[in-house]
Amino acid sequence: MRRPWEGLKGDTFPKLLIERAEGKPGATALREKTLGVWRPHTWSDYLREVRSFAYGLLALGLKPGEHVAAVGFNRPFILFAQQAALALHGRSVGVYPDLLPEERAYWLDYTDVSIVVAEDQEQVDKILAVKSELPKLRAVVYWDERMMWRYRAKDVALLSWDDVVKAGAEIQSTDPDLFKKLAETTSPDDVCLILSTSGTTGRPKGVMLTYGNMLSMAKNLWEVDPVREDDEYISYLPFGWIGEQMMSLAVHMLVGFRINFVEEPETLWRDFREIAPHFMFGPARVYENFYSKIYELIEDAYGLDKAVFKWAVDVAMKKAELEMAKRPIPLTLKLQWWLAYLLAYRSVLDKLGLKRIRYAWVGGSFLGPDYLKFFRGMGVNLKRIWGMTEVSGIATVQRDGEVRPDAVGRPIANTEIKIAEDGEILVRTPAMMVGYYKRDDATAEAIRDGWLHTGDVGMFTEDGQLVYLGRMEDMQRLSDGTVFSALFIENMLKFSPYVKEALVYGEGRPHVVAILNINFETVSKWAEQRGIAYTSYQDLSQKPEIYKLLRDVVARVNESLPERIRIRRFTILFKEFHPDDGEMTRTRKLRRVFIHQRYGQLIEAMYTDAEEVEVAAPVKYEDGTVRSVTMSVKIVKL
Amino acid sequence: MIAVEKVSLAFGGVWALRDVSVRLDEGEVLGVVGPNGAGKSSLLNVISGFYKPKAGRVVYMGRDITHLPPHKRAKLGIGRTFQKTSEVFKHMTVLENVMLGAIAAQKESFLDFWGSMVWIKWAKKEVEVLRWAEEVIDFFELYAYRHKPVGSLPYGLQKKVDVARAFAGKPKVLLMDEPMSGLTREEREDVARYIIEMNHVFKLPIVLVEHDLGAVVDLARRVVVMSYGAVVAEGKPEAVLRDPAVQEVYMGKALARV
Repeated sequence: MRRPWEGLKGDTFPKLLIERAEGKPGATALREKTLGVWRPHTWSDYLREVRSFAYGLLALGLKPGEHVAAVGFNRPFILFAQQAALALHGRSVGVYPDLLPEERAYWLDYTDVSIVVAEDQEQVDKILAVKSELPKLRAVVYWDERMMWRYRAKDVALLSWDDVVKAGAEIQSTDPDLFKKLAETTSPDDVCLILSTSGTTGRPKGVMLTYGNMLSMAKNLWEVDPVREDDEYISYLPFGWIGEQMMSLAVHMLVGFRINFVEEPETLWRDFREIAPHFMFGPARVYENFYSKIYELIEDAYGLDKAVFKWAVDVAMKKAELEMAKRPIPLTLKLQWWLAYLLAYRSVLDKLGLKRIRYAWVGGSFLGPDYLKFFRGMGVNLKRIWGMTEVSGIATVQRDGEVRPDAVGRPIANTEIKIAEDGEILVRTPAMMVGYYKRDDATAEAIRDGWLHTGDVGMFTEDGQLVYLGRMEDMQRLSDGTVFSALFIENMLKFSPYVKEALVYGEGRPHVVAILNINFETVSKWAEQRGIAYTSYQDLSQKPEIYKLLRDVVARVNESLPERIRIRRFTILFKEFHPDDGEMTRTRKLRRVFIHQRYGQLIEAMYTDAEEVEVAAPVKYEDGTVRSVTMSVKIVKL
Repeated sequence: MIAVEKVSLAFGGVWALRDVSVRLDEGEVLGVVGPNGAGKSSLLNVISGFYKPKAGRVVYMGRDITHLPPHKRAKLGIGRTFQKTSEVFKHMTVLENVMLGAIAAQKESFLDFWGSMVWIKWAKKEVEVLRWAEEVIDFFELYAYRHKPVGSLPYGLQKKVDVARAFAGKPKVLLMDEPMSGLTREEREDVARYIIEMNHVFKLPIVLVEHDLGAVVDLARRVVVMSYGAVVAEGKPEAVLRDPAVQEVYMGKALARV
């Protein structure tokens, strides 16, 4: 197959952008929904926006090697700002738009950001709120001018995007070739992105990635799962995450598909359906949300529709199970599947915008095996990948026809993986980071003898696929020495539509216990249908009926677990684990050590015969105020 | 902009307005406050033409409009929002409601507009209307509800649609009848934001009739206090609130003396 980047000489993002804009100026590069209509930006529009903003950044005094952060919901301006900074030999720092004030202050200060490009008033507020902790920040540029007329800032230049472009226009007119000259002297060995590690333990570190890293990863992934120039892609996951940077910068520059930006987070479902993308990449949460959405729709359906769907799901699960086990599929099941496709899957996939998906990659967090069966059974090519920010995103991917629920695939092209004595996964690839920003100690620890020590534990299957067992710190050992992966059990629990989060624990203890979060959307519907009255999440979560509901869920999970590691006690927390309360990372992974500390008393109680225990938990609101909530929760024995 | 001059209005033997004079200047937000039955809504209805005053006159941009019917006043640029949401078309979608408001801003009458849709050059007009309606939807952040029937939305959103509908008509003056009543605190802050924005960005003068004193003090440059159909005080919000006559209106004689 012809590689889409054949004939392109560029080896950095700015060079590729110029080449693409000169080669196919009128082709659509980006599409953005505004005022209810999808509006295209051609490659030459893309370049023009980047160029004019780059001159503006020059006028603001951006020097080579300085850091720019673009933050906000996914919109084209983030790409424009990033590319503009890169063309001037600057670096782009990834920021999650929902970071809490102290996290934001730490991250922007640690990464030495001198200019922030913020989406709107809300994001500007969030930056100005921590300005006093950011002495190196010189300017804040905002994209959306609404409500900004009221703002005056001290000690920092506060400018609109248009102001910046206007300021740059003079430089552009006196030296019109400057942009190109600078852009064309960028080198593949330059560090272009600084992105955060997920930080399940302690402060996040800044991963420094070069153009060479990013582009090699994109090429090596393409060799396994080729995406096409005329494909559609939807950008809506945060640009602080490597996955979004990889797709919207590296793969986009190489392949040149169309990136679609949805109107607002609130319109995502509708816009997703309108575009119906050809490939997507997301953490487990994304697919879990699709799954919940399907059940939300089905809950509202009539009895007959519900019954048909239930049957169709059974058929899908059966077919996927046989397929993944590489066993033959009986003709009757095939026929049933086609009937189910016509009656159910087709319209469900169409409603969700999943009908044209050729590849749906999941990585970053673990997706329960039953989700995999569910989506694959309906005909969505959902497959696991494994990777991390330190290797520019993806290191392994499951080949078509090799998808199985317990593994994460084989290495992509030009990527070597081996397992160390203690089970740690080691990777060697051209996509490996240069190091951690200003953390030579951590870099030396991670990169030894040319191998990246990932901190993940894994093993290989007989057919050469990597099995991811969890973070080294997540492996737990019961007092009798039985080793188990808390993550694995948690994911089984989370496959129930009623369980949103689960924390499983048993390190050095006689048995396994679990703390559960209910899924408010589904559980509230369940309660309403049975006439169970409740006032709030807190109230609902502690209803005896809900404990009974979840007891059945836990009992079912226990059936498929080995005797020794079955859950013996569980409780339901009256609040959700939340990143704002420090209980999860921004990519929604549990921060175990932290949770063990905060809920230590609760966990202790689960190893006694107590049936009820008082729990105090601080709840932090978005504006930073903290309120402590104390409630008693029940402990259920199994 | 608007001058209400010595207007009196009576229903049977009850005086709703007695000798009321109020003026609205270019670009200002004028707050009208007062207890229930003080005549605030009656005043708005006299300006928009739903009620005909017994005496006095209403002057709009130098022109006596006392005897114009409501729809002609709307054409001249007097827009209004309503206290209850019964004025939005509940079976129609948000977009359709806003488009209806936008059509009102067209020079042609409603019938001409739809009647002439058969010609292509008028189809262009529809695109213009839709474009403007979409800008209004963006302004009020209603994008997620664009295709939802208004009746299926929560009360707060229905009120917002009513404001959007009125705003889409590109009024030169906007009369708002208790836009915050029945809303949660969060929704009230949201409405306040739009009032500031409409007034500042579009230089739209607004008459704000409101129960919520705090909101009026924050938003209005000038306040008129009414009681029993008469104006009892007028001026800058802080000064008016300190006025003993106003304290009496709101808290009764005994308390005001404390």
